[in-house]
Amino acid sequence: MTEPVDQSRRRLLTMATAGMGAVGIAFAAVPFIASWNPSERAKALGAPVAVDASKLEEGQMLKVVWRGQPVFIVRRSKAVVAELGNHDALLADPKSKDSRQPTYIADTGAARARNPEYWVGLAVCTHLGCSPLGAFEPNNAFQVAGTDLGQNWPGGFYCPCHGSKFDISGRVFKSMPAPKNLTVPSYTFTGDARIVIGTDENPKTA
Amino acid sequence: MIKRALLITTAVLPALALTALPVPVAAQEGETALLHAGTDIRDVKSLQRGARNFMNYCSGCHSLTYLRYNRMAADLHLSDKELADLMLTSDNVFDGINSSMPPADAAQWFGKQPPDLSLIARQRGPDYLYSFLKGFYVDSTRIWGVNNLYLPSAAMPDILADRHGLQKPVFKNESDANGGAHMVLVGVEPMSAGAMSPQEYDVLVRDIANFLDYAGEPIKATRESLGIYVMLFLLVGFVLTYLLKKEYWKDVH
Amino acid sequence: MAAAPESGASTKGLIGWIDRRFPLTVLWRTQVAEYYAPKNFNFWYYFGSLAMLVLVNQLITGIFLTMNYKPSSAEAFASVEYIMRDVNWGWLIRYLHSTGASAFFIVVYLHMFRSLLYGSHRKPRELLWIFGCLLFLGLMAEGFLGYVLPWGNMSYWGAQVIVSLFGSLPVIGGGLVDWIRGDYVIADATLNRFFALHVAALPLALVFLMIAHLMALHEVGSNNPDGIDIKKHQDGQGIPLDGIPFHPYYTVKDLMGVMFFLLLFCAVIFFAPAFGGLFLEAPNFEPANPLQTPPHIAPVWYFTPFYAMLRAVPSFAGTQVWGVLVMGASVMILFFVPWLDRSPVASIRYRGPVYKFMLAIFVVAFIALGICGLRPPAGIYPLLAKICTVLYFAFFLLMPWYTRFDRVKPVPERVT
Repeated sequence: MTEPVDQSRRRLLTMATAGMGAVGIAFAAVPFIASWNPSERAKALGAPVAVDASKLEEGQMLKVVWRGQPVFIVRRSKAVVAELGNHDALLADPKSKDSRQPTYIADTGAARARNPEYWVGLAVCTHLGCSPLGAFEPNNAFQVAGTDLGQNWPGGFYCPCHGSKFDISGRVFKSMPAPKNLTVPSYTFTGDARIVIGTDENPKTA
Repeated sequence: MIKRALLITTAVLPALALTALPVPVAAQEGETALLHAGTDIRDVKSLQRGARNFMNYCSGCHSLTYLRYNRMAADLHLSDKELADLMLTSDNVFDGINSSMPPADAAQWFGKQPPDLSLIARQRGPDYLYSFLKGFYVDSTRIWGVNNLYLPSAAMPDILADRHGLQKPVFKNESDANGGAHMVLVGVEPMSAGAMSPQEYDVLVRDIANFLDYAGEPIKATRESLGIYVMLFLLVGFVLTYLLKKEYWKDVH
Repeated sequence: MAAAPESGASTKGLIGWIDRRFPLTVLWRTQVAEYYAPKNFNFWYYFGSLAMLVLVNQLITGIFLTMNYKPSSAEAFASVEYIMRDVNWGWLIRYLHSTGASAFFIVVYLHMFRSLLYGSHRKPRELLWIFGCLLFLGLMAEGFLGYVLPWGNMSYWGAQVIVSLFGSLPVIGGGLVDWIRGDYVIADATLNRFFALHVAALPLALVFLMIAHLMALHEVGSNNPDGIDIKKHQDGQGIPLDGIPFHPYYTVKDLMGVMFFLLLFCAVIFFAPAFGGLFLEAPNFEPANPLQTPPHIAPVWYFTPFYAMLRAVPSFAGTQVWGVLVMGASVMILFFVPWLDRSPVASIRYRGPVYKFMLAIFVVAFIALGICGLRPPAGIYPLLAKICTVLYFAFFLLMPWYTRFDRVKPVPERVT
C-alpha cells in the first residue's frame, strides 16, 4: 500500500452507494406492491350499477348485484315513511350511529335514504351475511319463513338464518343476533326513479 | 483486457441486432417493400383522429377487444362528450371496443372472421397497416372486386374506396431462371378520384395506423418517458459504484 | 481467527443467539468475507454473479406474473394482455421477465465461454462444470416451457415442432409424444403441465443446482485468467498470496458490474422490449391458431444455433431422427469437455495458436449457426449450417488431439 487508506472517503462512498441502493430498491418495489391494487378489470366489474326502479310499485322490492353483493331497492308508500319515527323504542340503533352509511344518508334520520320513497341498502345481514327476506306489511300475522312477526311489526326485513329483524329503513331491532343496521352503499339518483349504486356523483356518460 | 472485451461486445451486439431487424417487420423476399408511415404515437391529435376514423370505418367489423374505452379516453385526452361520440359499440366506459358483427355471420360473409386488431401493430408494424390501406386495387376475379398489394388474396373489401377512389394494378415483365417471361405485380396506381385528395387520404390512413400502433401497446409513450429517468438514476448509480470499487481496490496490488 | 468453539462465531447479542443455533457468522466468514479469490479476475468473471441476479429477477417477476396469468388454452393469451394493460405496472413485470429470459442466456453463454478461455472446467473443477451443464440443460428446458405459456401462435407451433421431435425416436416415439402432450395435439393439457413444470418444478431444480454449483466452486476455489493455482503460494496463515477476500473486493466489483448490466437491461426494457422481434417475436402477438402456421417457425434466438444444427442434418434411411440426435449431442458433448481438454496448461494465455484458432472458429460457427437458425432454410443458409455444424463438433471432437500437441508457453508461478 503506497498511500494510507482514506477511511472517510470510503465511508462517504459506501454510504452514498447504500443510500442510492435503498432508494433504488424502494422504487423497484413500488411496481410489485402496486400490482396488487385492483386492476382495471376489477374496477370495471366493481363499477357503479345503474338501476331503473320506475316500474316498482309501493311495497315492492328490487334486488340487484353490485360488487358481487345483493342490494335492496324498496319502494315505500308515504304512509309507511310517515310512521318511520314511531318505533325507536324497538330499535337497537335508531339514529344509525353505529352502522355503515354515507354521511348524506345518516343526515336523513329515520328515512336513511336520499329519497324517502325508495330505500336502498345492502341485502347482507350484519350478523353473518345471509340475505334477509322482505316483510313489508305492518301489523300482520303474515308468516315469513314460518315465523309470526307479531302485531307490533312495523314492516321491514327478516333474516331467516338466525331470526334478526330490521325495519323498513334497515335498522336492526333490539336483542337481535345482528349487531348493526343494514349497510347503505353510496348511490345517487339520475332521474326520478333511476338509481346508480356505487357512486356519489352523477355518472358522466350515458 | 476490459477494452478488448468491451470492444468485442459493442461490436457484436449491434451486429446481432441488425441481423434481426429485416426479418419481422419489413417485407419478406418476393414481397413488395412497405411504404413508410411516419407515425408518431405522441401526436395526440393524430391519435384522436385515428380513433374517430377507426370507430367510423373499422369498428363495424373489427374489434379492439383489449382496449377499454375509458383507457383510450384517458390516454387520448378525450372529453366526456368526445368519448360519448366514439362509443359506437357499447354504453359502458369500462368495456373493450367489441364489434357488434356476429362472428359466425362474418365468417360466412367474408370467408374468415375479421380479426381483432388490438395487437395487429405489434404483429405487423404501422408501416404495414399504412401500406395495406393504400394497397387495394381492382381485381375482377375476387368476390369483393378488390385485391391488396400487401396481402395477396385479402378477404377484406376496400372499405375506404370512396375516400381514395379506385386503383389499378401495375405489372412488370420479368423473366425467371428458365428464361420464361411472366407478369409480376409491382405496384398500384390511381384509376379514379375519390372524395378525398391524395393528401387528405394520406393523413386519414396515417392516423389509423398511428391509432392502431397506440392500441397495440397503450403504455408505450409512458414507458419511454419513464425510461429516461430510470437510465439517469442508473447512470448515477453506476458512477457511484465505479468510484466505490476504485477506492477499495487501491488496496490491491 | 477467534478462540470461540465455532471458529469465527459471534458470542454476543442477537447474532450470538443465532450463531449458537445456526452457522450464520461462520457461513459469512468462510463463504464471503474470508473466501479468498484470485485478485486478477477480469471482465469475463462478472457473469457468474450476473447469472444469479437474473435468476432472482426471473423468480420474483415470475411469481408476480403467476398472480395474474391463467394457464388454460382459453384464457392464457388474454391473461397476458390483461397483465400488459389492466394490472397496475403489469407491463413492467412482464417486460422484466421476457427481457430477463434473453439476458439469462446472454449472461450464461458468456459465463460458459469464460471457462473455455481459462480452463475453468479442468481438474479439480470437473464437477463444477458438470453442475453448470446441468444448469444449462435446465435453463433451456425452462426457457422452452416458458415460451409456450403466452399461448401465442409461435408458442403453439414452436411447442408442436419441438415435441414432435421426440416422435422421430424409433419404437417409443409415437407413444412418447402423446405422453408428453397429454393429448393427441398440443392442447390445454399440454399448456397446464408446462405451466406446472415452468413455475414450480424447474425453478426448484435450478435453485438446488445453483447451490450445488456454488458449493463445488467453494470447495476447490476459483480459477483465474492465468489458469494457475493460487493456493500453491500461501502466507504464514494459509492465505493465498494472490488471493483477496471476496468481501469487500469482489462484492464491490460485482456491484459495479450489476449497475452496468442494469443500464443495458433497462435500456432494452424501456426503449426496445421486443428488441426487433428477437426477444418478443411478432407472430406471438397473435393467439395460438392450430389451423394456421406462421410463415417462418423459428425458436427464440438463444435456441437457434441448436435448431440450425437440427435442420442441417438430412434424413437418412427414412427417418429424421439423426438431426434430433445431432442436436442432442451438441449439448451433451459439453459434459465431456473436462476430459477432452488434454492441454498441459489451462488458460488461453499460455496455449498455442491452434487452440486460439479453434476457439475463434467455434465462436464464429456458433454465431453463424444462430443466424442460420433465425432464417428460413433457403439460399446459402442450409450449406452454411452444415459447414458450421461440422466446425462446432470439430472443436470438441478434435480437442484431445490438438490440445495435446499444441505449443504451450511457460506458465507463471504468480498471477499477472
